[in-house]
Amino acid sequence: MLGSVLGGAGILGTSPEMLALFVGFGLVVGVLFGFFGMGGSFLVTPALLMLDYPAPVAVGSGMAFVFGTAVIATLKHHDLGQVDYKLGAIMITGTTIGIEVGRASVYYLESLGLAGGIISVAYVVLLGGVGAMVTRDALKGGGGGGVDHEATDKDLDEYEIPEIAKTIQQTVRIPPMVTLRGDVRVSAWVITAVAFATGVLSGFLGVGGGFIRMPAMIYAIGVPVPVAVGTDLFEIVFSGGLGSYLYGQGGGVDLGIVAPLLFGSALGARVGSAATAVVDADGIKVYFGGMLLIGATAVGIGEVGSYIGSSALELLGLVLVIGAAVVVAFAILYSTVSSLRSTRRQETPAAD
Amino acid sequence: MAGLEVPTWDPETALLIGTILVEAIVLYVGYGGLERLFGPYLMKLLVGGEPNAR
Repeated sequence: MLGSVLGGAGILGTSPEMLALFVGFGLVVGVLFGFFGMGGSFLVTPALLMLDYPAPVAVGSGMAFVFGTAVIATLKHHDLGQVDYKLGAIMITGTTIGIEVGRASVYYLESLGLAGGIISVAYVVLLGGVGAMVTRDALKGGGGGGVDHEATDKDLDEYEIPEIAKTIQQTVRIPPMVTLRGDVRVSAWVITAVAFATGVLSGFLGVGGGFIRMPAMIYAIGVPVPVAVGTDLFEIVFSGGLGSYLYGQGGGVDLGIVAPLLFGSALGARVGSAATAVVDADGIKVYFGGMLLIGATAVGIGEVGSYIGSSALELLGLVLVIGAAVVVAFAILYSTVSSLRSTRRQETPAAD
Repeated sequence: MAGLEVPTWDPETALLIGTILVEAIVLYVGYGGLERLFGPYLMKLLVGGEPNAR
């Protein structure tokens, strides 16, 4: 209903208004992804669902967008030496099978006419859960919910393996055992299990799954944080690429959605990534948590609107999802410029 | 489309995913070049001086 209001003739079957919306939304999502190292993708699929795209197109295009974003981010992390190719190669199999299970579930639910509703409910639970966790950590001053910018500057040898990862490494010793970067020795089966579980989530929701896979790699496998980030992205290039291919075969990837989103997000990610050198993430993390909670509420409102056929509620849900992301992205940009200007003012008298 | 599938070769879909891959690489290289070209000017415009906040 809402999509038809904004739809019309244009490039790649997408109207100029929708192209502008996707580029702008991509820019915002890119700033968030570049700054927090996660969280960009799980706003895209709900927004597409609210724009009345069929569930396989919303999830498939969301996944293709994640694939493109992962290609760009992996190129950057490769330059920084933060990709463990051995770990990535082992994870690809588990994640790929998981994605295929998730994808098949979407098509099965779609054949029952339940896909849109169930995916929206899953998003409400997921966004709400992760949002509550991030907000709680931010209010407590903890480091959860995203990449710790200071931690990524340490050497890999300086990282302590979490207790839970040590316990898993000592308990699960099913061969073959593999040695990873940071001198971590773990069963290949643990890696495959983590990869499969997060792959199912990716395939079902069209997200990269980094917000689950990164903590899982750190706490279940025991790899250092920067390696978890870089390897996660490398692995998404392959699993996301294959997932997109499978969705594409079913007509689930719309280039008119993915191309403009990627065009905006690639620029936004550069800005967001540069902002990490200037702004303290802890001050903004609470807004990020709030944004996820608003996103969960918005998806719920949009779904109720779709169920009762109210385009006003659908529009409200969409405005809330996009509005919350825009507010947090602007908070990052504003803090960055303010911080740079304040540093400049402090340094100017010293230079004189 | 329901049920697990082994991917089969489909030139049209491969072209679609290849286009996204090429777009991603072009954007990485292109925006990188633009950043080097216009980054200092933009920083000067925003902050009022050379970028030295790091």
